[in-house]
Amino acid sequence: MRSTLSLAAVTLAAGCLLASPAGAAEPAGITIAAVNNPAMIELKKLSTKFEAGNPNIKLNWVVVEENVLRQRVTTDISTGSGQFDLVFLGQYEAPIFAKNGWLREMNGIPASYDLEDVFQSLRDGLSYEGKLYALPFYGESSMLMYRKDLFAAKGLTMPDQPTCEDVRKFAAALTDKSAGIYGITLRGKPGWGENMAYLSTLVNTFGGCWFDLQWKPQIDSAEWRNAISWYVDLMRNYGPPGATANGFNENLTLFASGKAAMWIDSTYGAGPLYDRKESQVADKVAFASAPVAVTSSGSHWLWSWSFAIPKAAKSPEAAEKFALWATSKEYVRMVAADTGWATVPPGSRKSTYDNAEYLQAAPFASVTLKAMQTADPLKPSMKPVPYQGIQFVGIPAFQSFGTVVGQSIAGALAGQMTVDQALKAGQAAATRAMQQAGYLK
Amino acid sequence: MLKDGKPGRWRMLLQAPAVVALSLWMLVPLALTIYFSFMRYNLLNPEARGFARLENYQFLWGDPAFLPALRNTLVLIGSVLAITVGLGTLLAVLYERRFFGRNAAALLLIAPFFVMPTVSALVWKNMILHPVYGLLALAFAKLGLAPIDWFGTYPMLSLVIILSWEWLPFAFLILFTSLKSLDAEQKEAAQIDGANPAQFFFHITVPHLRRAMSVVVMIETIFLLSIFAEIYTTTSGGPGTATTNLAYLVYSLGLQQFDVGIASAGGILAVVLANVAAFFLVRILAGGLKGGH
Repeated sequence: MRSTLSLAAVTLAAGCLLASPAGAAEPAGITIAAVNNPAMIELKKLSTKFEAGNPNIKLNWVVVEENVLRQRVTTDISTGSGQFDLVFLGQYEAPIFAKNGWLREMNGIPASYDLEDVFQSLRDGLSYEGKLYALPFYGESSMLMYRKDLFAAKGLTMPDQPTCEDVRKFAAALTDKSAGIYGITLRGKPGWGENMAYLSTLVNTFGGCWFDLQWKPQIDSAEWRNAISWYVDLMRNYGPPGATANGFNENLTLFASGKAAMWIDSTYGAGPLYDRKESQVADKVAFASAPVAVTSSGSHWLWSWSFAIPKAAKSPEAAEKFALWATSKEYVRMVAADTGWATVPPGSRKSTYDNAEYLQAAPFASVTLKAMQTADPLKPSMKPVPYQGIQFVGIPAFQSFGTVVGQSIAGALAGQMTVDQALKAGQAAATRAMQQAGYLK
Repeated sequence: MLKDGKPGRWRMLLQAPAVVALSLWMLVPLALTIYFSFMRYNLLNPEARGFARLENYQFLWGDPAFLPALRNTLVLIGSVLAITVGLGTLLAVLYERRFFGRNAAALLLIAPFFVMPTVSALVWKNMILHPVYGLLALAFAKLGLAPIDWFGTYPMLSLVIILSWEWLPFAFLILFTSLKSLDAEQKEAAQIDGANPAQFFFHITVPHLRRAMSVVVMIETIFLLSIFAEIYTTTSGGPGTATTNLAYLVYSLGLQQFDVGIASAGGILAVVLANVAAFFLVRILAGGLKGGH
């Protein structure tokens, strides 16, 4: 009895000692921080195939809403805490983080990946001093979405490249408030990534810019006044009530439930509009390029949620392997086989747009392609500027004063102040912020 | 029986761990916040670090939105306190008498307190107050009136409505419980003396509730000073700065650009404001506490 017990004890101890050699048999775990939108959720679902093909890599997902993601990723990367191996970020964060030396350069990309297939405009926005620091997962620009049935009923035709004056005339003709149809809906919710994303492109197309070459804010310039007056007049006369609470999601709902005749917003909004379960206008929507006023420079924005690897990541090779897998041509085909061509990651690779099946499944493809290829984050305005970024200014302080300017303009939209007062307040806020940040003396 | 000497020292020694832990818990974050408020510390700008003297404070109170934010904070707190305590008292008196379905009604009355602030704010914004989809818009349309854009035209009022709806259950609960301890003999004595309901309310009920009211006011003030979630999800600081309170101002100027220095300075300013408010509140309510029951 006793000897059996002690034999069992020794065997158990020996077993424990033998069963834990460090490294070789254990899988490397990589932690991925992602946004909770449909494309990422699909990626998470299909990533089990990657794990099956790479048994020594285990994926841990942290999927949160965009604002939370930005906060957590920025805090993690800037303090070098190494909590994440792979993060999602965009053209705003990548150059700033790369400049501070916080990201690993994306080199060692195999020829089979075909990096040239990825849109040049996206790669430019994710690079610093010519080196690439992130791989785009999907890209988006902005465009005009409209109800072709309402246009046909009034005998109106939308040109492929409308002007802002065209849009105003169409909105006036199509607004029928008693029937609950508003000529146009645009973002009004204050925020640097909300209303200011659209308004920056509007200011660009009216010939304006955020800063001159000496970093002096230009918010009280004539171009800003023209752009913002156009926006406020249009929305107050032909837009839905409560516009200052409407961001991307609210406008998508308004348009999908048939209450708006036109909507200028992300090309990513086109996908949900085709989903018959969510949208009442699936067979009535058509697309045109974002309207221009004085110039087409910066008239539509550029953004891509992209994979980046923090310098402090614990398993950078495994992370790069997954990033290359998830942004490859093979992955696009995998999504097409799983949920159909209309739902593949849009706007990142030219080869997607050469595919006949995709063009047939996604009527918004040609307008998206044109927008992606003509958006240039390195030249956002027709004037020379010291910053990069079309719908944002690529400096850290922008997140703060950008939102403050957005708040003032929302105040003008709500009728609480005039456009001139709002622009003056915005100019003061930006000037103070730039002095605080050390750009202005 | 504890005397000076050995038993006294033992008492202090045994209490020491808890006291030390609590002191560190409070002092370390406070000291760090004060330290950071005098530093130039932006997470995204590692080159610009160093001692900033009073720059962060100057940036904050030189902001044109600072005084409006202060005013909005006080207006918000005052309105919500007035509504919740006033309505809470009336409801407590109402629920005192038995009526059919009282327990179910009390449950429904208390329920809003347990809904998450962001959820309540979104429900009010998108389902009740929305000028296109909301219930109020529907009611207005049925009456033939034009719907009101609540958050655009009356942002502060809308916020006060949401916050009062959230905090009324709390005030009601505490006041209702306190009302139960009203002496039955006092009630009978008042009835015998011929007091009418209004006199009974003002001369007996309200003085009895003063202590409970002061508790409600103190706790609600502490939480209402740092209201953020409702503002963030509905108005993002309101058209212009109509609903920016101090907490939201600190967020928009500091936290959004990951500037620890500015955010810390804002935190210290908020601590100062809270202490000033607490000082006045305690003075006003202290009369009811001293020589109480």
